[in-house]
Amino acid sequence: MPKTLAEKVYDAHVVRSAEGEPDLLYIDLHLVHEVTSPQAFDGLRAAGRPVRRPDLTMATEDHNVPTLDVLAPIADPVSRAQVEALRANAAEFGIRLAPMGDRDQGIVHVIGPQLGLTQPGMTIVCGDSHTSTHGAFGALAFGIGTSEVEHVLATQTLPQKRPRQMAVTVEGELPEGVSAKDVILAVIAQIGTNGAAGHVIEYRGSAIRALSMEARMTICNMSIEAGARAGMIAPDETTFAYLQGRPHAPQGADWDAAVEHWRSLHTDDGAVFDTEVVLHAADLAPFVTWGTNPGQGLPITGRVPDPAEFADDHERRAAEQALAYMGLTPGTPLREIEVDTVFLGSCTNGRIEDLRTAAELLRGRRIDPNTRMLVVPGSVGVKLQAEAEGLDRVFTEAGAEWRGAGCSMCLGMNPDQLAPGERSASTSNRNFQGRQGKGGRTHLVSPSVAAATALTGRLTAPADLTDAPATAGV
Amino acid sequence: MQPFTTHTGTAAPLRRSAVDTDQIIPAEYLKRITRTGFEDGLFVAWRTNEPDFVLNRPEHAGASILVAGPDFGTGSSREHACWALLDGGFRVVISSRFADIFRNNSTKSGLLTVVLPQADVEALWAAVEAEPATPVTVDLQARTVTHGDTTVPFEIDDYTRWRLLEGLDDVGLTERHLADIEAHEARRPPWLPTALPA
Repeated sequence: MPKTLAEKVYDAHVVRSAEGEPDLLYIDLHLVHEVTSPQAFDGLRAAGRPVRRPDLTMATEDHNVPTLDVLAPIADPVSRAQVEALRANAAEFGIRLAPMGDRDQGIVHVIGPQLGLTQPGMTIVCGDSHTSTHGAFGALAFGIGTSEVEHVLATQTLPQKRPRQMAVTVEGELPEGVSAKDVILAVIAQIGTNGAAGHVIEYRGSAIRALSMEARMTICNMSIEAGARAGMIAPDETTFAYLQGRPHAPQGADWDAAVEHWRSLHTDDGAVFDTEVVLHAADLAPFVTWGTNPGQGLPITGRVPDPAEFADDHERRAAEQALAYMGLTPGTPLREIEVDTVFLGSCTNGRIEDLRTAAELLRGRRIDPNTRMLVVPGSVGVKLQAEAEGLDRVFTEAGAEWRGAGCSMCLGMNPDQLAPGERSASTSNRNFQGRQGKGGRTHLVSPSVAAATALTGRLTAPADLTDAPATAGV
Repeated sequence: MQPFTTHTGTAAPLRRSAVDTDQIIPAEYLKRITRTGFEDGLFVAWRTNEPDFVLNRPEHAGASILVAGPDFGTGSSREHACWALLDGGFRVVISSRFADIFRNNSTKSGLLTVVLPQADVEALWAAVEAEPATPVTVDLQARTVTHGDTTVPFEIDDYTRWRLLEGLDDVGLTERHLADIEAHEARRPPWLPTALPA
């Protein structure tokens, strides 16, 4: 029987299947960070259980870490205690940890691919909803809660219900200035923040196949913002080229055997999706959010919507609440919204290509004097690469701040936060109320919109920039 | 986890859709390394900034059943959202639709999530707004929600219901299948990576 990509990976990992019970699924890689693991390790200790496969488990420090003075002890005692708990647990249970200061440290979803630990056809979990990022390689990767973290630590398996299958097909060529971030924001605006509930999304079509691995990761990363259990893209030559030579990628004969298997990981002709969504690449534009969930977005050429125009009661009330929180008036052109802070980073857009895209626009220009811009590489590896390319100097010469690696301003768990009422353009994944700091107001954008916005101080698409860089052509 | 059989209490009507996990408990409250004590973060922004927020109203103090709009629990995988609700005195959340990870976490932590059609949610909202002291009974044995003369059924799969009724933890159940796990491990392709330093 023809199968989808997700079904192939799922079926290859079923340890046990019985009528009336969830399937037991084997987990090939378990990524761990400091926030969602301490209670899981406590559970193991209380029951006297070891970690079944420490060799398939990798931990790092990301959510709580400051991005300034990264080698100093964390000033916040509560954050420090959480990070220290992870260090103690990793040592006690024999798990590899990339701590602050380590060259492999970074956001958990950035380091997995960077190290070559993320490979096609694997099952990957982490106590973090953006684990869907790893699906860009054709892995089945999903976020789990702390009880499940404990379950995977103890058994290397998870009870699972077979997911439903959704195809999101994007055909055609993306217009200039339209990125993976704009594609996924458009998808979420179309299907809603829980529109893919119960489903694994497979992103397909010529526009997806044309994307780099890092752009594919941006798309899969935000699958959870559409409510999906996971997002996947079939592996291809782009995937293999990205993986080859990475520290944990197979080598020699193993590489050949792996690639042969990986080539079979695609949806068969005739396989059936439960739900299908189609977008035309040529119709897409740079997207920004105006509200307080990632589905409340529009092309940047639009205006703040009038809640009265929403037919659905819940959507209308949600829009009213969102505009009240965001301090926005219906009818305002999105490009007239002034921002205080621009955040470039996160597991969505904190990789080297994202930094290159932004640096390209900032080179030879100065950001708006009333706007601050934080540039936060997703990992130490990304930071070192960017510095080798001189991108750090492009950012600092433009007036932006160049920081250490971490989750940073994506979520208010570390010192990088918005003040109450402060407005940001952010390349992260969530514009929920208070997500970037109590009372903070978030507009989700792509890296190029972030850079253009930093230059003008209001939401701006790169095509809107009229000035020539001071060192044009360099 | 604490078994759930049947629960009777008063209900708080939360007339909001797509309540995300950052509203249920913001990230700054996730730094605790214990499994309890998360009630201080529960809906803290709304409790602080909105005097009229449902959980600030005296008539809903002591509510143990939260009746929310559709798409409750979207966003992060933090099980802390379930713990905060439990620590805040809630045993049940009713909504017409939940986010997957939140719902999955609820079944691991002993918080019962009940899916009812939106029309039944609206009727429940109307009933408890008219009379906040209305006792609401959620019976997992019978799979019903009762308020006043109204009893409506809800669906939950037999396996999840059994685990909740017994308060069973999954690790113990899975350990019965150790032989199957070992057999799978013997079949894994040799090229798969380990996380050991390369």
